[in-house]
Amino acid sequence: MDRARGRPPLVLMLPALVGLVFLVLPLAGLFVRAPWGTLGTRLGQPQVLEALRLSLVSATIATALCLLFGVPLAWLLARVPFPGVRLVRALVTVPLVLPPVVGGVALLLVLGRRGLVGEWLDRAFGITLPFTTSGVVLAETFVAMPFLVISVEGALRAADARFEEAAATLGAGRWTVFRRVTLPMAAPGVLAGAVLCWSRALGEFGATITFAGNFPGRTQTMPLAVYLALETDPQAAIVLSLVLLAVSVAVLVGLRDRWTGAA
Amino acid sequence: MTASANRVRLDGSGRPDGPGLDARLVVRRPRFDLDLVLTAAPGEVVALLGPNGAGKSTALRALAGLTTLADGHVRVDGRDLTNLPPDERGVGMVFQEYLLFPHLSALENVAFGPRAQGTGRREARRRAAEWLEHVGLAEHASARPRALSGGQAQRVALARALAVRPGLLLLDEPLSALDAHTRLEVRAALRRHLAGFAGAAVMVTHDPLDALTLADRLVVIEGGRLVQEGVPSEVARRPRTPYVARLVGLNLFRGRADGGTVALADGNLKIDAVTSLEGDVFLAFEPSAVALYRSRPDGSPRNLWKARVAAVESRGDRFRIRLDGTGPDASGPDGPRVSADVTAAAVADLGLAEGSPVWASVKATEVRVYPA
Repeated sequence: MDRARGRPPLVLMLPALVGLVFLVLPLAGLFVRAPWGTLGTRLGQPQVLEALRLSLVSATIATALCLLFGVPLAWLLARVPFPGVRLVRALVTVPLVLPPVVGGVALLLVLGRRGLVGEWLDRAFGITLPFTTSGVVLAETFVAMPFLVISVEGALRAADARFEEAAATLGAGRWTVFRRVTLPMAAPGVLAGAVLCWSRALGEFGATITFAGNFPGRTQTMPLAVYLALETDPQAAIVLSLVLLAVSVAVLVGLRDRWTGAA
Repeated sequence: MTASANRVRLDGSGRPDGPGLDARLVVRRPRFDLDLVLTAAPGEVVALLGPNGAGKSTALRALAGLTTLADGHVRVDGRDLTNLPPDERGVGMVFQEYLLFPHLSALENVAFGPRAQGTGRREARRRAAEWLEHVGLAEHASARPRALSGGQAQRVALARALAVRPGLLLLDEPLSALDAHTRLEVRAALRRHLAGFAGAAVMVTHDPLDALTLADRLVVIEGGRLVQEGVPSEVARRPRTPYVARLVGLNLFRGRADGGTVALADGNLKIDAVTSLEGDVFLAFEPSAVALYRSRPDGSPRNLWKARVAAVESRGDRFRIRLDGTGPDASGPDGPRVSADVTAAAVADLGLAEGSPVWASVKATEVRVYPA
């Protein structure tokens, strides 16, 4: 400690420590109360594995969808000046601040069997989205996409657009510039956005339960399983929570080097 | 290469369908409007000079298609590029900070252009390898830009721009990112490569040495307008604006000639020269041509005036003395603002310091007078 600058004032240190304890203690509680003895058998239960598989698969597909549509959307916001760009950016951010339950209700109103688009989808193609695994993916995509768009747009804005000009003078059209210069140079930002997006999708609860329901094996993801288990079998809820925690920490650790490397 | 032999006239009356560059660039900017007629023959290197914010880079960007023209045209070898996007112009550009793609190797950077133009991967890489060899960087082909020195990066940037076989090559301050030592080497190499380039080249610079050594012709712009153009020796000898005079290190004044005597426009000093002209003229002389005296010299040389030292600056082994004219109360005529170069010994002998009164003179044979 730099003695010349004196002790950190208590008025800052105390709340800082309280904040830290508040963040760490509940996680520690999970470990303390975990039924370590029966952990193995509980994890091996088919409904746990089923929920875990569904969560991982749906979060990954949702992230892929977010990348497929979100990256071009972020590019549009960052690179193409058009009237109303601020309005569009605000609209993109709405799901970010919207309570996920409201998002679920909104999805139901549009894509539900009686919904504006859903009714047509049902009649024309026989496609039903609510209360299906596809519905889970859509709910997660809806909630997670803003994270990706905002993160990628930030990366694109921070990237030096003069490299794109250099590519243009070398004869590259806009698509080639995007593919060979813009995207590779924004890759760390895209990756960070994808991770955020995936974590958000993995933890999605409100929109999923509203739009896709809670059917084991079909739409019951880990967060829904945790919530349900808490009422019937608290020990199982703890085990499931630990699994989610482990997955989150694994992702964080796995990508930490890439993040710091890109910074 | 004798540029003047096949030079295209600057006023735009040259051959619009002929080879080389023929352009009129009009760009509206919040602070100024650029309106410049610019031509360059094949093989000619034109240096675009001017103070900061004069519109040099804007002109270059307009040629590359990165800035939209409000009016005018850009033709290269008879092909009208005016309304083409940058990627369809076939104009090579070396950017000030090179802008090598950091995620690609040197070879991939150079191969980028040919690839973008539709050449196959293998052929593009072969051509890129050739270019790297040509600029002496064959052994750095697989290096990332981050691992290259400034001079190497400059050469890769040049190879990358030339690999698209441009009809027009643009260089934006090609040497300004380099330290003084590297600059010397890279300048010599750049000179060789420019001499080997068959198309027209336009180079933006604010370094007089780059302009004088690399260019066949100088075009000086200030405030978006052409103020002077000509071969380097002519511009260096006969500056027509204070900016150009500073650039080439000359004292420059406007005045009215009456035979061999010029009355300076500012102040009441009259300077004798050997050239005999009538009417409005420029008058220029080197700072080293100015002689300084502690007291009024004997024999009363001509072109003598009283001055006061405004600043003393060290310049290598010489000192540059900035002189202010003293004003009507002094016994001599009202002196002009002049730079004088003297030795360290002279500074000591004359006791030159800010505020010191001195007598200054310049020989008539050292004074150049030319029509304004």
